[in-house]
Amino acid sequence: MPTLNEYLLMSGLLFSIGLAGVLLRGNIIIILMSLEMMLSAANLALVSFWRFGGGGGLPSDSYSPQVMVFFVITVAAAEVAVGLAIIVALFRSRQTVEIHELSSMKG
Amino acid sequence: MSLGFLVLFLPLIASAITLLVSRRRAMLSSYISTASALICLLITVSLIQNGDNKELGSFNWIQVGDFQLNIALELTGLGKGMLLVVTLIGFLVHLFSIGYMKEDSGMARYFGGLSLFMFSMTGIVLANNLAMMFIFWELVGVSSYLLIGHWYHKHSAAEAAKKAFLVNRIGDFGFMIGILLIWGAFGSVNFAEISNSLSVNKYDQNLLNWAMVCIFCGAIGKSAQVPLHVWLPDAMEGPTPVSALIHAATMVAAGVFMLTKVLFIIEVAPVAASLIQYVGALTALLAALMATQQDDIKKVLAYSTLSQLGYMIMAVGFAGYLYNGETLGEKASNAGFFHLYTHAFFKALLFLGSGAIIYACHHEQNIWKMGGLLKRMKITSITFLIGTAALCGVFPLSGFFSKDAVMAAAQNNPLLLSIGCFVAFLTSFYMTRLCVIVFFGKSKSWSAEEAKEVPIIMLLPLIVLSFGAIFAGYSFSYDWFVSYDKIIHPKGALPLMLSLIGLSGVLMGVFLYKGRTSEPCNIKVLKNKFYLDEIYLIIVRISQEFIAKFAKVIDRVFIDGFFVRGGAKLVSEVGSKLRGIQSGNLQGYAFLFAIGVILVLFIINSLIG
Repeated sequence: MPTLNEYLLMSGLLFSIGLAGVLLRGNIIIILMSLEMMLSAANLALVSFWRFGGGGGLPSDSYSPQVMVFFVITVAAAEVAVGLAIIVALFRSRQTVEIHELSSMKG
Repeated sequence: MSLGFLVLFLPLIASAITLLVSRRRAMLSSYISTASALICLLITVSLIQNGDNKELGSFNWIQVGDFQLNIALELTGLGKGMLLVVTLIGFLVHLFSIGYMKEDSGMARYFGGLSLFMFSMTGIVLANNLAMMFIFWELVGVSSYLLIGHWYHKHSAAEAAKKAFLVNRIGDFGFMIGILLIWGAFGSVNFAEISNSLSVNKYDQNLLNWAMVCIFCGAIGKSAQVPLHVWLPDAMEGPTPVSALIHAATMVAAGVFMLTKVLFIIEVAPVAASLIQYVGALTALLAALMATQQDDIKKVLAYSTLSQLGYMIMAVGFAGYLYNGETLGEKASNAGFFHLYTHAFFKALLFLGSGAIIYACHHEQNIWKMGGLLKRMKITSITFLIGTAALCGVFPLSGFFSKDAVMAAAQNNPLLLSIGCFVAFLTSFYMTRLCVIVFFGKSKSWSAEEAKEVPIIMLLPLIVLSFGAIFAGYSFSYDWFVSYDKIIHPKGALPLMLSLIGLSGVLMGVFLYKGRTSEPCNIKVLKNKFYLDEIYLIIVRISQEFIAKFAKVIDRVFIDGFFVRGGAKLVSEVGSKLRGIQSGNLQGYAFLFAIGVILVLFIINSLIG
């Protein structure tokens, strides 16, 4: 059975890949996907802490963290829906989803 | 409602009705106003018969902690004489005005102002504390402003009204400081309470002197003493009956009356007292000198008023004069008030007489365009001559007695006595000059040739006042408010000497001006009033320019340059520097955000760790 550290390493890796994707990729859809990856990393860390009993005073049969994770997933789904809608609207007005071409806020 | 409040508020009610309700009906307004003046006169007579009354009515106006300010009325001593002067002459002036202002379109407004003035002046006379007196003091200023500026479409009248108001403000500011000093020292502004605590406790001489000097500033403004006398001659722009009532008989005498009210402070403030004497004497002298060269009949009378006011102030100042280790006190100030009392009659008579002359001569005021009026306007001329004689101090008339009393107050100070005598000489000289030019000789213009006697409603006040001018100086006329032995009386040959001095003035006036058609001796300095107006103008201009330049620098450099433009510039500079941060690159923002989060985490970690 993997240890907490391995899970955390996995979570950290996932988060870093996601962050790198957000920072480096040019396509907004891929950036959105990377964001989802970061959320998943956070979820993974959360459940693994729960699983290995770092519960900060929570009783071991408490399902609150799991509920929390579901909550995050729900919010993430909603966020994706809104985000994709924005991206569609953006594409309609600009005919592009390349982040480098969207710099009209430059001072 | 007590009689005291009735006599106080009746003119105010009349004024309100005249100004607000019956404004379009001029004659009705004048009758309402005159009726209120008559009722006030009758109430005054009944009040006077009841003798001194310290509790004529009172209500609590302001209560702050221990300090209580009442609107309270008292009628004591000299106040009775003053109230009679105000209501009697006020009524006669109302009567005269009905004739004089008949063709004026602003008649209702005029009578409203007149009633407002009666209200304010009665308030001054009846006030039992300094604060209430100050309120009414300002109110007479306002009504005087309104009445001087009655013909406001005339530029000079509007300017004169403004000048009178502003110059008075200077004095009133001093008065206010004086009241505050008194309040600070005594904890009360009530005359009786101040007087009591003065007789019980010992107070710092310096404080009393300063307080008295400040209070005297009020009198300098209102009674038009040097150096704030400049407003009074200009105030002659107002209708002549107003000049008679406000700028000769009552309001300008309010300063003298107020000083007699705070007599107990003058007595213990010798420095302030001598200042009062010298200011009075200086005013008397300068004004008399200026009067000798004026061509406008009202201006001559105005300067004469100034000069007589100087007499009164000087006499009141002698209340604090030490002689043989004792102050002259009440005796001297009563002499000043005595002169106020007689002067009110004969000067109101002279002003109303001049009003009648101006009315008859189709509003001609230059004496060199009159002449020969004795034949055409007999009654007016005779009453005017009676007034002149009283002013010059001719023996059986009122002015003789009161002027003697004033000189008697000054008789131990040789300098001021000689100034006073010289002023007496000048007085009879310029009044003789006026009479010789106006009433005798040939008419010098068509307006004088066509002059007719004025209607009876204008003659009546003249006749009544000339009786006053003749008899006011006898003890039966003043004994009920100040008894004979409470006035200082001259010793030895002083009355005779004064009469001779007056006579020489008359002779010189006749000798110089008989048969002349133009001024035989031009003295520019006097004609131009010692250039005081010009000097004030220059001072005002220089000081204003200095202040304006200073303010300009402050405005341009600090307000505009530093605060307004500096602030805007700071924001715009910072903004244009900071706009470089806005790359418009979404990933750049995200990168910074990530770094920020890492930093925050690091900081929190290091703080906890």
